[in-house]
Parts: sequence; C-alpha cells; structure tokens
Amino acid sequence: MAIVPLERKPLTLAERSYLPGIVGGLKTTLKHLFQPNVTMEYPEQRPALPPGYRGAPTLVKDPHGREKCVSCQLCEFVCPPKAIRITPGEIPADAPTAHVEKAPKEFEIDMLRCIYCGLCQEVCPEEAIWLQNQFSLTGYTREEMVHNKQRLYELGGTLPDPHLKWDKKLAAEVAGGASH
Amino acid sequence: MVDFYFNLHPIVQGLLKGLAVILVIFPIGGICSMAERKVSAWIQGRPGPNRAIPFWFAWVPVIGPLLQRLGIFHVMADGGKMLFKEDALPGHVNKFYFVLAPILAMVPALTTVTTVPFGAYVDGAGKVIPLALANVDIGLLAVFAVSSLGVYSIILAGWASNSKYPFLGGVRASAQLISYELSLTLSVVPVFLWINAPGTPGTLSLARAVEFQSGDWQGLTMASWGGVWFIFLMPVAALIFMVSLFAETNRHPFDMAEGEADLVGGFHTEYGAFKWGLFFVAEYAHMLIGSGVFTLLFLGGWNPLPWVPIATLASWLHIAHLPIVVGLLSIAIFLAKVIALIFFFMWVRWTIPRFRYDQIMKLGWQKLLPLAIANLLFYAVAIAVIQK
Ligand code: SF4
Ligand code: SF4
Repeated sequence: MAIVPLERKPLTLAERSYLPGIVGGLKTTLKHLFQPNVTMEYPEQRPALPPGYRGAPTLVKDPHGREKCVSCQLCEFVCPPKAIRITPGEIPADAPTAHVEKAPKEFEIDMLRCIYCGLCQEVCPEEAIWLQNQFSLTGYTREEMVHNKQRLYELGGTLPDPHLKWDKKLAAEVAGGASH
Repeated sequence: MVDFYFNLHPIVQGLLKGLAVILVIFPIGGICSMAERKVSAWIQGRPGPNRAIPFWFAWVPVIGPLLQRLGIFHVMADGGKMLFKEDALPGHVNKFYFVLAPILAMVPALTTVTTVPFGAYVDGAGKVIPLALANVDIGLLAVFAVSSLGVYSIILAGWASNSKYPFLGGVRASAQLISYELSLTLSVVPVFLWINAPGTPGTLSLARAVEFQSGDWQGLTMASWGGVWFIFLMPVAALIFMVSLFAETNRHPFDMAEGEADLVGGFHTEYGAFKWGLFFVAEYAHMLIGSGVFTLLFLGGWNPLPWVPIATLASWLHIAHLPIVVGLLSIAIFLAKVIALIFFFMWVRWTIPRFRYDQIMKLGWQKLLPLAIANLLFYAVAIAVIQK
C-alpha cells in the first residue's frame, strides 16, 4: 500500500483568528434556536414503546383466568440481584386446577432491587412472568416498592396463551384414565 | 411630583436612587438567568423551564399558559428558593471574608450601574439631556475604575473558601481580569481621542460619546462623520472591546474562574443559597453594564439608526415637545440594544467551547494587547491628520 503523505497546511490568518469559526458556530446555533424541539414533554406526551420493551416484571394469568406461575422458583434462583422472593403453596385438591398442584402463596418482587434484566422471563418454564410496559414506578415508602402477588397480577393482567399445556395435560389424563 | 423629588434632601434622594437600583438589578439578574436557561434550551432543542405557575394564575386564559411556557414564574420560584433555603456556612472557611466576598461582588456592580446613562430627552431649547442616576463627567473612567474592583470579590471568595478549587478559580480570575483590562482600556482610547478634538472641553462622559454619534446626514461631506456609529468607524476597537468584555465579565468562553469541568464550581464552589445568588446577580449586572457601555460607545446609544438621532426621530414623530415620551422612547431603544447584546453574550456561551487557560493568556497578552496598541497608534495618527 502506498503511503500518501498528507500535507498539513498551516492555518490561514483568518483561521487562526478563530473568528470565522465562531461566526460559523453562531450560525449553526441560531438555526437550532428556531428549529422545533427534539425532546418530549414527558408526563403529557408518552414515548411509543417498541415491542419487546423490558419494563417492570409482572405475573400474568392465562385466558381462563388461571394464574400461570407454578412456584417452581427458577426465577427466584436466576434473579441476579435477588429481587424475587417466593413462598410456594399448594393448590387445594378440590380446586378446578388441582392437577397443576402448585401455585405461589406469596410472590414478591422488590422493585428497588430489580435491574430489569429480563432473566426471570427468560427462565420461566410457564411463561408466567413477563416484563411489560410499566416503566414509571414511584412510591413514598420502601414497602410500597415491593410488589406483592396481588399487585403483580394487577400489573400483569392476562396474556394470550397459545399452548394451554395444563388443559391439554388434563385432557390427556382424562382420556388415558388418569394412571399415576 | 418631579419637583417634590428634587426638593428632597440629597441623602434621601441618594437612598431612593440606591433603592431603585437594587429593585431593578435584582429582578433583572433573575430574568437574565431565566433568559439564559431558555436560550440554552432553545439552542439545544429543548423547551426549557415551563412548569411553574401559581394555581390562580392558571385560570387566566392565553396569557397564563403563555407566561408559564416562557418560565416567568420560575424566576420567582428561583428567587424565593434562593432567599429561603438554608445558607450553610462551611466549617473550614474564613468566615468574615467568606461572607464579605458576595457583598463585595454586589458593590461595584450596583455602583457602576448608576453612572451609565440609559436614555435622553430633548428639553425646551432642543438640547438633548442624558438620563442617568449619576451623570458624572468622568463617566467611563468611573465605570472602569469601580467595576474592576469586582475581581477582588472573586479573589476573596476563592481565598476565604479555604479549599483548593475555589482558590484556583480565584487565582485564574485575577490573572485573567488584569490581562484583559489593558486591552479593554486601550480599545476605547481612540473613541475618546476622536471625541476630545483640540479646542473642545475634555471629557470622558459616556453621554458625550453618544452625542458624537448623533449627527444628521449632511450629504457626502466630512460633517456626516458625526452620524456614523463608532462600530463602523473603529471596527477593530469594537472587536477588541467586545472580546475583552467577555473576559472581564467572566463569560463563556472565558469563564475560567468557574470552569466546572476542571474546577467543580470555581470560586463559588463553597457558596450556596443567597450568597451564591449574589455572585450570580453581580455577574449579570456586570454583563448589563458591559453591554450598556458597548452600546453607548460603539452602537450609538439611544439613537435608533446611524444618521437618525433621537432628536430627529422625535421631530419626525411630532413628539419633540413631550420630553417624557421622548425619554421613554430613548430608554426603549437603548434597552433594546442592550438586550440584543445580552442575547449575543448568551448565544456565544451556548455556541463555543471554553478556552484553555494558556490560550486565554496567550490571546490576551500576545494577540489582543498588541492589536489594541496598533489600533490606538493607527487612530492617533489618523485623527491627528483629520482633526489638525
Ligand atoms: S414465575 Fe415462572 S419461573 Fe418463577 S416461580 Fe413461577 S413458574 Fe417458576
Ligand atoms: S428482571 Fe431481572 S432483576 Fe428483575 S426480577 Fe426479573 S430476574 Fe430479577
């Protein structure tokens, strides 16, 4: 490769005086002075969130209203800042979803610890925990910032479920004579 | 009412004038700081402060929201905050001088304002009488002499803070202000050489400088010189004066004394609340005075256009017999120019980066000072030839 020595021209007097540079800069800023704002006036205007946005983690129910979490505690283990605390519980035998066997008795996510990494969503075998669109969480006390199970379901709502695997399992069990 | 005022004891008059200055300068300082925030915001494509509004004012249609968008109420909120928040006195400072410094910053700022004429009216005899709180004959000298005392407050603040960044800020400020004072003074000498032609009574009055720029168009003769503003006659002098003014008022790109990137907050690092606010007001007052002096010396003062002095405008508008109207008009014209200059100060601040300290020293001593001297020599010779 040929080496091309670039000639470094000495600055002209006008350049050294810095004044044309300043005038050029002033022209640029003057143009910006009359251009529309690039910022958003936040509480009134909300940004359009892109799909896949990772807001606060929430718990969701399936379309039949069944809570999807089976308190396997994988998310609790994977959570890097240890923001999740789950108290597992059993589903009573007379409940319609008794075949799912387990559900969380209490489920807390400490939003002061959560780093919105999304690992809990990734690890969940039940697709029960989702990072959805809430990005503005405020509270007056630390306790308020610890989301309990009820609050997590409030925030999460219901998401469509293409698998409904527990319903399939129940159907298979019924068809196969419930042999276990 | 005017007679009543002039019949008062001189000391009462003086006190009233002092009160007027304080009542005018402090709000102006507040408004300037808001203007600065707004200008910076607009230049950076932001709306700037636009939230504060007293709830009862929000009911006023159109005007209420408009003032809110312009951040007018933030001025009051800021002022209130500055007055009422806790004024902590750090334990390691030299208390007496620490408290003295902001007061000392205000004194020259408020004093020089009084000597700057800000308008004029035409009296019965057709003579233009300048309006100033103290129209002293040494005009410019008084401004320079007193306003340069402002540097002591910065040095004192830096030293009394007893910590290293304020100290460095103070040292920088003192060196910088002393360096640029030379060019500042030298750049205005040609103006006064021109004014003090042989045979006329010598003066340094700022009003006299404006008078000299108040000539009518006399056709293409030498007499038309009188109507040209000095910025056109002496562009280099005006440039040097402007640059030195930036340095003297510690404005960007010369705000070495603050330089938050390298000195935290510079000389006012240890200050807070009202004491800090005083420094701020003093800075804006200096800017105001600097812009005023620049307007008077180089931009024709209260004359609306070159070759159109205020007296001519007044006779065009048929208001020459109403001294108060002419006075208000001249004040408005003068203020418009000063505001434009202050906007220029802010515009520059949000455009160019800060100089390095060695660049400032180099520019001051190796570029501006020789240029100012050469400029002075050139005009001295030229004026000697013209006015011989
Ligand atoms: S949210 Fe998912 S990963 Fe966490 S305990 Fe419930 S089922 Fe397991
Ligand atoms: S998003 Fe990350 S930090 Fe937050 S709860 Fe889930 S795993 Fe924990």
